[in-house]
Amino acid sequence: MSALGSAIRRPEAAAVISLIGIIAFYAIFGGVDLGKLFGAASWVNFAANLGIVAIPVGLLMISGQLDISIGAMIPAGSMTVAILSGYYELPIVVGMLGALGLGVLVGLVNGILTVRTTVPSLIITLGTLVAMQGVVLAGAKLLTGAASVPLAAPEWAKFLFGRLIGNSHQVAIVWWLLFAAVLGFVVHRTKYGNWLFAMGGDRESARNAGIPVDRMTIGLFVLSATSAAFVGMCGAILFNSAQVSGGMNYIFNSVVCVVVGGVLLTGGYGSVIGIFIGTLTFAIVNQGIYFTDIDRNWANLIIGVTLLIAVAMNGTFREFALSLGPRKIKKGGQANV
Amino acid sequence: MSDKTPVLEMRSVDKSFGPIDVLHEISLRVHPGEVLCLLGDNGAGKSTLIKTLSGVHKPTRGEILMDGEPVVFESPRDAQGRGIATVHQFGGTYPLMSIGRNFFVGAEPTKGWGPFKVFDRKTANETAVKAVREFGITRIEDGDRLVGGLSGGERQSLAIARAVHFGARVLILDEPTAALGVKQAAHVLRIVNEAKKRGLAVIFITHQVMHAMTVGDHFAVLIRGAVAADFRKGEKTREEITDLMAGGETMADLEAQIEGYMETHEGHVPQAN
Repeated sequence: MSALGSAIRRPEAAAVISLIGIIAFYAIFGGVDLGKLFGAASWVNFAANLGIVAIPVGLLMISGQLDISIGAMIPAGSMTVAILSGYYELPIVVGMLGALGLGVLVGLVNGILTVRTTVPSLIITLGTLVAMQGVVLAGAKLLTGAASVPLAAPEWAKFLFGRLIGNSHQVAIVWWLLFAAVLGFVVHRTKYGNWLFAMGGDRESARNAGIPVDRMTIGLFVLSATSAAFVGMCGAILFNSAQVSGGMNYIFNSVVCVVVGGVLLTGGYGSVIGIFIGTLTFAIVNQGIYFTDIDRNWANLIIGVTLLIAVAMNGTFREFALSLGPRKIKKGGQANV
Repeated sequence: MSDKTPVLEMRSVDKSFGPIDVLHEISLRVHPGEVLCLLGDNGAGKSTLIKTLSGVHKPTRGEILMDGEPVVFESPRDAQGRGIATVHQFGGTYPLMSIGRNFFVGAEPTKGWGPFKVFDRKTANETAVKAVREFGITRIEDGDRLVGGLSGGERQSLAIARAVHFGARVLILDEPTAALGVKQAAHVLRIVNEAKKRGLAVIFITHQVMHAMTVGDHFAVLIRGAVAADFRKGEKTREEITDLMAGGETMADLEAQIEGYMETHEGHVPQAN
């Protein structure tokens, strides 16, 4: 098969074209100085924080589930570390473990409810999203009497989770790259990836083939809620404070990244590299617009159009991948089956 | 053949869900290298029977024997482990996964060590393509192709080849030809024959009498959860079987009215009850 054929058959094909398209669009119509854009930190920081959440959200979507509770888990993670280690002055490790532990807990609730009931995970995580917003707000008021809590993290914690590299790039970028590399390996090189795609493709058949579908589902929910708590935690350590609000934008933003990245909304198809590129594309549209002559207010229109074009391309490429079936018909042999 | 021990046998199996009896006194046996056709209209209890044989349900009464020994299937996985493979219409194949990956779902070949054990794509693709080609699907050459690009018949064949590769001794085919065109159905029937030649016991569930008669050695007609007739090849005509499936009502009058329909009929005869 030709190299072009193989490339176009990959789930991330449309994401790559979207990324190139959007950079070209900004360069041609927005007068962007590409050197300046690529040297800038704003969109990379934005992409890193969003990307850490988008990858597990995307994997859940591949498995056939949705998790929107991440919107509440980001402030929940930052408030937990700030309340424990800032307000109560416990060691930072306790605060961090508390934040991540809360992520594990909410992920378990999401996962177990999803496998035990017939309620769609969108509704379950909508429930935990709203519930966690209540917990965070009421808990913060009850414990600290404020909606914003300061936190002074020690040097080593700042170095690992809340540092600006070269005074501009958040250390979260490193975590994002690491996270993408590890999950990319697991999903595309190990048997667990095969299980993931099989679950999303046909849950019942996957179960019959001996795949621990329920455990995998719960694990993925734990991963997404914990990743969101991690992003919140890093934010609190970086900015020396935490707020009860924020995080809601991550819900739609991460879904856009994932879908632009070539993941099929109904599951069974997608790639980590696609989600990664989808996140880059989204971040450049969203933050790169400041480097153009285009009014900032148009950004959402561009995001919407990009999403629609990317989804249309995804559909076309997927059809193309499917139709690239064996066509060689041997003379005298069996023609068609 | 009847002097050999059947590979799978049901003895007076009943299955009820609460107060509702779905299967009564089912006794069936299938030998290696034999095709048992299970015929029945919708709602006759075919699905429950398959699920009981493949480990989804446990019999309420009666027993299941493999090679003459009583067995209890704890789960579908357990039944599979004992060599009972169930292939549903499109079940077991994932359209957006490659042929190689499909073939090895749940039993992935790996290479490397420890946390770096990676899926061995080359071995998977080669094995899958070879296994499918041995079943006469010579159109498949590239294990990286997505299964969704194959025809329905090819997907069935892939699922059957997969079951045989993983050591199935009893192949339960649940309506394998129901959604297929004439040509593709013929192909699946050829594959059933191939499996039979390899010494597998095949339980072929269908309501298409023609398909059953093409490959079957032994037939059982299921009506309202009971075996209404049990006969061997050549003992009954197509009309008699169709008649039986409809619950004994004579079809002759109806047939006269809908002759044209019968040519293309999918076995959808009027409900017996």
